[in-house]
Parts: sequence; C-alpha cells; structure tokens
Amino acid sequence: MNPRLRWRKFVSNFMLTMTGCCALVAVSVLFFILGYLVYNGGISINWNFFTKLPAPVGETGGGMANAIVGSAKLLLVATLIGVPIGFLGAIYLAEFSGSKVAFVVRYAADLLNGAPSIVIGMFAFALVVHPFKQFSTLAGGFALGIMMIPITLRSTEQFLLAVPRTLREGAMALGASKWKTIQTVIVPAAYRGILTAILLAFARVAGETAPLIFTALGNQYWSHGWTEPTASLPVMIYNYALSPYDDWHRQAWAAGLVLLALILIINIVARAILSRGISVPRA
Amino acid sequence: MHASVRPAVSVNITPPVTTGAHRETTAPAEMRMSISKVNFWYGPKQTLFDISLGIATSKVTALIGPSGCGKSTLLRTLDRMHETIRNARLEGEILLDGKDILDQDVTLLRRRVGMVFQRPNPFPKSIFENVAYGLRINGSKVPMAEAVEKSLRHAALWDEVKDHLHKSAYELSGGQQQRLCIARALAVEPEVLLLDEPCSALDPISTAKIEELLVQLKDLCTIVTVTHNMQQAARISDFTAFLLTGQLIEFSPTPQLFTKPSDPRTEAYITGRFG
Repeated sequence: MNPRLRWRKFVSNFMLTMTGCCALVAVSVLFFILGYLVYNGGISINWNFFTKLPAPVGETGGGMANAIVGSAKLLLVATLIGVPIGFLGAIYLAEFSGSKVAFVVRYAADLLNGAPSIVIGMFAFALVVHPFKQFSTLAGGFALGIMMIPITLRSTEQFLLAVPRTLREGAMALGASKWKTIQTVIVPAAYRGILTAILLAFARVAGETAPLIFTALGNQYWSHGWTEPTASLPVMIYNYALSPYDDWHRQAWAAGLVLLALILIINIVARAILSRGISVPRA
Repeated sequence: MHASVRPAVSVNITPPVTTGAHRETTAPAEMRMSISKVNFWYGPKQTLFDISLGIATSKVTALIGPSGCGKSTLLRTLDRMHETIRNARLEGEILLDGKDILDQDVTLLRRRVGMVFQRPNPFPKSIFENVAYGLRINGSKVPMAEAVEKSLRHAALWDEVKDHLHKSAYELSGGQQQRLCIARALAVEPEVLLLDEPCSALDPISTAKIEELLVQLKDLCTIVTVTHNMQQAARISDFTAFLLTGQLIEFSPTPQLFTKPSDPRTEAYITGRFG
C-alpha cells in the first residue's frame, strides 16, 4: 500500500472514530442525566407524593399533589392560548399572506422564540398580574401560552408548506374552495407534523420555571379555580432544591421524575395517535 | 414575440366534421367549449397568443407541441387553474356550453370541468375517501358507496381495488394511482375532463391502460389531453391542436394533422425534426 493511500485510510478511520465518540458522549450525557434522575427520584417517590399537600417546614413527609394538579392546569391554559394562535397564524402565513407580511411575522416569531423566558414572565406580570393585583393560574398559563405561540407557529408553518402543491391543485380542481382545501387536504396531510410541533412546544414550556415565579407564584395549599396563586412542579423543584432540608431535596428529585414522566407519557400517547392514519409519502 | 411579427395562421375555430374511417358518426360536431382570442401572461411574459379553438362534445382533443409551447397553460385556463398562480393574467373568452367561464363561480366551474395532473396526486386518505372527496365537499346526497363503485368502474380500477377500498391510496402502483385520480375526477360527473400529460410518469403498460380508458370515457364526457407523445395523440384523439411558442399552428382532425399537415412547422414537428 502506498503511503498516500495509507494516510487517507488513517484520516478516514480517525474521523470515523471521532464522530462516533462524540455521538456516544452526547447520548451518554442524556442517559446519565436520565439515570440519575430516575434513581434519585425513584427512591424518593411514594404514594404520598401524589396525594398529599407539602408538609410544613420542619416536618418530613407530605407530597406535591397541588403542584401536579397546578402544573396540569397551567399547561391546559397555556395550550388553549398558544396552540390556536400559533396554528391559525401558521395557516395564514403558509396559505394566505404575501411574502412581506410573512417575513415580518416570521422574524417576530423567531425573536419571541429567542426571548429569555424570564422576560416573558415579566411581560405577563405587567399585563395580567399587576393590573389585577393577583398572582394566578391564568397569569402563569398566559406566560407559558405566549411561549408556545412562536414554537407552534414556526413549525406548523414549515409542515404546511411541505405539503406538495399537487395536492392543493388536486383538491381545487375538484371544486374545493381555498378554505375547504386547507381544511380537508392540507391540514390532514400535515397533521402529524403539526401535532409533533405542538408536542415540542408543550414539552418545552412544561419545564419552564422562570416565567412562573412572578405569575403563578407558588402555593403550599390547593389552588381553587383559576385566579389564585398556584403551585407547579418546576417552581417546587426550584424552591425545594434550594432549601437546606434533605427531605425537600428528595422531594425535588421525585418532582423532577414526575415532570419527566408526564412529558414522556404525553409524547407516547401522541405518537400512538400519530402512527394511525395515512401520511403523504416523501417524494 | 410581438403580435405584429406573428405569421398569419389560418385556424379552424370549429373542427371540421370528420369523414371516413375516423369516426362512424356523421352528426355535426357539437362544441362543448369554445376558446376565442385567448392571450395569457405570466407576469410580463406572454405565453399564449390569440388562441382560438373549439372543443367538440364527447370527443378527445389532444394538445401537442414541444416543451414550453403553452399547451399545459392553455389546458389550465379551461378550468381556471391558472388563477392559483400569482401574476397570471388571461384575456379572451372561453365558453362552456355557451357561457363565459370567467363569469362563473370558480368552484362550480371546476365541478363541471375536472382535471387530472401530470403526476398522480391522490390525497392522504383511503382509496374510497379519495373518490368520495369531490362528492363530500359538494355536500352531495347520493349514496356514497354506489357512486364510488361507479366511478372506480368507469376508471377501470374497481376489480383491482374492490377488496381493499379502505387501504391507503398510496399503496397502489403509480398507474393505479393515476386511474384513481381519474375516478376521483369522474365522481362529480364533470362535463369536461382535462388531462395534463397523464401518462408522463407512468410505465408503458399503465400508459396503455389509461389510453384505452380515455377512449372509453368519451361517452361519459368531453376529453382534452395534453401530451408530448405524438403517437399517443394519434392513437387516442379525434382532434389535435399543435402549439408552438404560445401560438396555435394547426388544429385539425387527428388523421389529417398527422398525415396531411397543412403547415410546414407541423410537419417538421411530427416528423421529429425538432421538439
């Protein structure tokens, strides 16, 4: 083998090893975090965690039932705000708007997407909390919903634009109006992607802490209705992890595990829904 | 190209009634559509120049010509699909059963003038739902299963799909998908069926099936097909229009156009000297 060929083989193998190692590091970090969380959360979690309110300072035991319900309520409000606005906005961008309007909206959405979440929290505080002098589930949900808008909007738009033009023409050639075409062909053709986009947005805001600190605040007790301050898992984790008590540290781990499991379950359910139905094959 | 330098072209607005072996019928050809003085622009670029021709009822009319000659553009004006493209502009008059299509509601027009595209474009739905689509969006009250079966039979696809109507349309082969698209178009019982190079993405056997099908469909509706395949035009059409750089060069009964072309450019094209 001549030296040049040998050198080329060496470079090839070297790069292959390097890329392989980096991929391994990326995956192992993820598995390490997951494993650590599952281990620490697993030994701390018990039935009380799901059914009891937090114990007063100094007492051990108790749970985070209020935070689990609180997080669910916050995410419900966020989804009700973020998904319709992001989804319908994306339909406008992909199907109706001119290129100038689309450019401005896309740019604004990207900026909003990149805005630090604590700034979104401040915005929600100024807009919803301050005027009513009240921390609430609605305010927290509003902040999270604002964060969901750009994520849903941008990815939904991409999936709508990826629907082949021939499908639109096929529907319109049968006498479908523009709106009917969108409703019966374009959205169904893109719905897997759209659902994935919504899930990503959901998972992204489910773990957000900063925008909740001065909107939903926190609560050691049940939050009734939608206009009281409420506990949530991320804020609980934040508070408990910073506390000096070992018992609280354990509960923070358990909360982390529950939060992760919540997102995982929603993902699995959605994937199960996604795997049904007919998708457009890639050209 | 400017209109002033355009050579004078004699065009039969109404195709002459064919004689002899070509068609058995001797009744005068009735016009389903008539196109007169159609000019078309994409932005500043004019792509059709003063096109006038008639589409005979229950006949197959073929539009031939080299790539970019405007044959697809002309076809797409007949159901106003050009309106989906920004900056497209049409001048002239296109009549369907004597009424100007430009004055009609476009969705109603497209129910009467169906279209099949170059590449099969079934919707991401089941075979059944693809065919039922046009009826459903029109709120049709006809029994759906019967209507779907009828259309699939017309498209010569029924026997191949009757046992798996609820499978994805994408599980069919390319040729079957194209026949499905024809069935989908037929389901709303259009008066005219436009086909834009319907066989260009298909293998020879699928092509033969579709050609045979088009000839049979004449009894059901008037057919206008664009093709770059001259043999295909010769085999299936009753009338052929030859277009070149956006102008109608010749429009005659198919046997005449292919055997005794009146324009030297037609002759050059059909004998394969260009295009």
